[in-house]
Amino acid sequence: MRRLLKDWIHLVRPALVLLAGLGIFLIVRSMVIPKAFGQYGHYRPGALDLIRQRPISYAGQDACIMCHEDQAKVRAEGRHAHVSCEACHGPLASHAEDPGANSPKLPEVADLCRRCHEKDAAKPKTFPQVVTVEHSQGVACDACHKPHNPHL
Amino acid sequence: MIPGVDGFMYPNEVELQWSLLIVLYPYITGLVAGAFILASLERVFRVEAVRPTYRLALLTALSFMLVAPLPLQLHLGHPERSLEMYLTPHKSSAMAMFGFVYLWYLMVVLLLEIWLEYRSDIVRMAQTGSGISRLIYKALTLGSENISPAARIIDDKVGYAVTVIGIPSAFMLHGYVGFIFGSIKANPWWSTPLMPIVFLFSAMTSGIAAVLLLYMATTRFKKIAIDMRCLDTIAKYLFYTFVIDFTLEMLDLIHRTYEADESFRSLDFMVHTRLWGSQVVLQIFLGTLIPLSLLAANQLWRFAEARRRVMYVTACSLTLVGIFAMRWNVVIGGQLFSKSFLGYTTYKVAFVTREGLLPAILLMLLPFVIFVVLVKLLPPWERSEAH
Amino acid sequence: MDITRRDLFTVGGKLLVLASVGATLEQITGAAPPSEAYRMADHWWGMIIDIDACIGCGNCVRACSKENGVPKGYFRTWVERYQVAEGEQPHVESPDGAMEGFPPSARADLKSFFVPKLCNHCADSPCVQVCPVGATFVSPDGIVLVDETYCLGCRYCVQACPYGCRYLHPEKDTVDKCTLCYHRITQGLTTACCENCPTGARKLVDFKDPKDPVHDFLRNNKVEVLKPYMATRAKVYYKDLDGSVR
Repeated sequence: MRRLLKDWIHLVRPALVLLAGLGIFLIVRSMVIPKAFGQYGHYRPGALDLIRQRPISYAGQDACIMCHEDQAKVRAEGRHAHVSCEACHGPLASHAEDPGANSPKLPEVADLCRRCHEKDAAKPKTFPQVVTVEHSQGVACDACHKPHNPHL
Repeated sequence: MIPGVDGFMYPNEVELQWSLLIVLYPYITGLVAGAFILASLERVFRVEAVRPTYRLALLTALSFMLVAPLPLQLHLGHPERSLEMYLTPHKSSAMAMFGFVYLWYLMVVLLLEIWLEYRSDIVRMAQTGSGISRLIYKALTLGSENISPAARIIDDKVGYAVTVIGIPSAFMLHGYVGFIFGSIKANPWWSTPLMPIVFLFSAMTSGIAAVLLLYMATTRFKKIAIDMRCLDTIAKYLFYTFVIDFTLEMLDLIHRTYEADESFRSLDFMVHTRLWGSQVVLQIFLGTLIPLSLLAANQLWRFAEARRRVMYVTACSLTLVGIFAMRWNVVIGGQLFSKSFLGYTTYKVAFVTREGLLPAILLMLLPFVIFVVLVKLLPPWERSEAH
Repeated sequence: MDITRRDLFTVGGKLLVLASVGATLEQITGAAPPSEAYRMADHWWGMIIDIDACIGCGNCVRACSKENGVPKGYFRTWVERYQVAEGEQPHVESPDGAMEGFPPSARADLKSFFVPKLCNHCADSPCVQVCPVGATFVSPDGIVLVDETYCLGCRYCVQACPYGCRYLHPEKDTVDKCTLCYHRITQGLTTACCENCPTGARKLVDFKDPKDPVHDFLRNNKVEVLKPYMATRAKVYYKDLDGSVR
């Protein structure tokens, strides 16, 4: 019996090395694993908060209408009723936050109107579209069409 | 028009995500699995003729095993976070589970088997060595210097058990890599149940070819007489494995061509244009048909020893190139076509970038450097007593 | 009643004990429960897209890019223009993702239309399935998100997405994708793309809200998700999607 023990006892050594490694791993794991990982699923719940904290660039038109009721009324009567303010005026959350400090700059009118209204075969047939070079012959769009209510 | 793009690709698809390094990774793990299977031929299946390469095959496996994680580390956006795969492995992810398969195989199979096989030599060298080498060998003994015949018999028995466990472990090691690709339903070039098996058999082919070449190189370098019976037997098993591998790949090809589903037209065009050189010329013709012919010829006819050696070197070198091309065609090919089946992009390998050609070359040379060190540290043919 | 120093110590001590118990509890149990009005369990987000309303103006692509700081050359959303000739493969283009809209169509005689695309926030997401570490996940309110502090950048999810909606952020070296403007919708706003769509082609929907128009939309229209055979339970529904769309 004793002779047998002496002859296989050396196998315990690699086993101990493996167990020690496993032990160290488990200790490191408990120290390093993110807090509350797995609370909602296999992920770090802190990620949800991190993503939600991103600053907002587009205020949303409800914010615009709070101050700019007149323009909103004009718009509501025309074909641009469902086009949000920032769709043309760009991201304005900073302006809504501090109107004096951040005043918006309107983009180039011709490019702005053309992006939607330039005629293209892929656009729905019922959508108002023109070949702008023929339609306006170089005249600016807002010379005739008021943007908030473009109907002539 | 986007340079390098023909037709339409989803805007985020134009740039390839998995580069040359991800081609390298299955190639390296394949060599590990293949070398180990060759070693197990002798240990478990009693193919006594390949005995002279047993230790060599184990050292080859270990050399490549140690390098295997490096291409992955270079590829990751955040390699410093790679421990997360062990901290919070996502059980549904083949990649996460593979981390444990790799660790299991390295620690419990490969290192343990090498230790058991070399133990008597390690103890002997610890007792007779001097200076730093003595310290190294003493550390490797793990503190036990019992190399009595009874202890050695127990080592042999346990080593046998480890090899028996090692064979399915080696299958898992490389089968899993195949599954990592084969389970992606979004990519029709990858998604097939055959993928793990194709990967496994091509791994075995490349591993056996690598050991054969290393055996020829080591015997020449150490000026030891080569055992032709061993060499012929290895070549025979290489031939069998290669035939199965080729059959499986042809099966995949024929199946695709016959069924001709929605993806076929796009994939077919890709093979005929962007993958023509790497798939048809390099993988199929130079990398499979020619080596298979050379190996088949040796099964049908008897050639003179010198000529056989030349044929084996040629066949094995071409095989290694061909299996690399196969990995390239799977990984890169799978990203060259659009998932809309309406377009193709191009892959340009840079040279001196993190995932470029230079790191790839260095990573492929590194296992051979490690191999030389291992052969010096644990000589394959020095024995204290006959086994 | 006079407040003595002893009183202060007693009260202060009790407060201290309470605070430490609370802090310890928080350490043990994890994140404190959110105190704001938004409750994740009340929502299950998606989107509906009306193909016949899309005019390919690219407002959504520009708005998304500005709202979310999307790096140039990568797209969380994009618009494709299809031109379908009978019996042929469709001709599809998306110049810079439609960031500046589209140049005029080469041909006026073919069936043509626009298809806006984005992450489909699949309920059975294949990208979430393959993430090795849990850096990408489906939130309790149905959004597929990426934890950029945890992502390894292995790009397995990019390979697994059938729709091509993920990319590796070139500066952060982590995977990035549409978040359905999670930072906006949890505060009662709509997504940047829906806010800026001039024709109402894109609309954010909440399947758990009984008053949401999505229920009538799904009942009264012919709708489809992209690549339904992938069985990802995608939550972006398209009205009048043509069969040629890939």
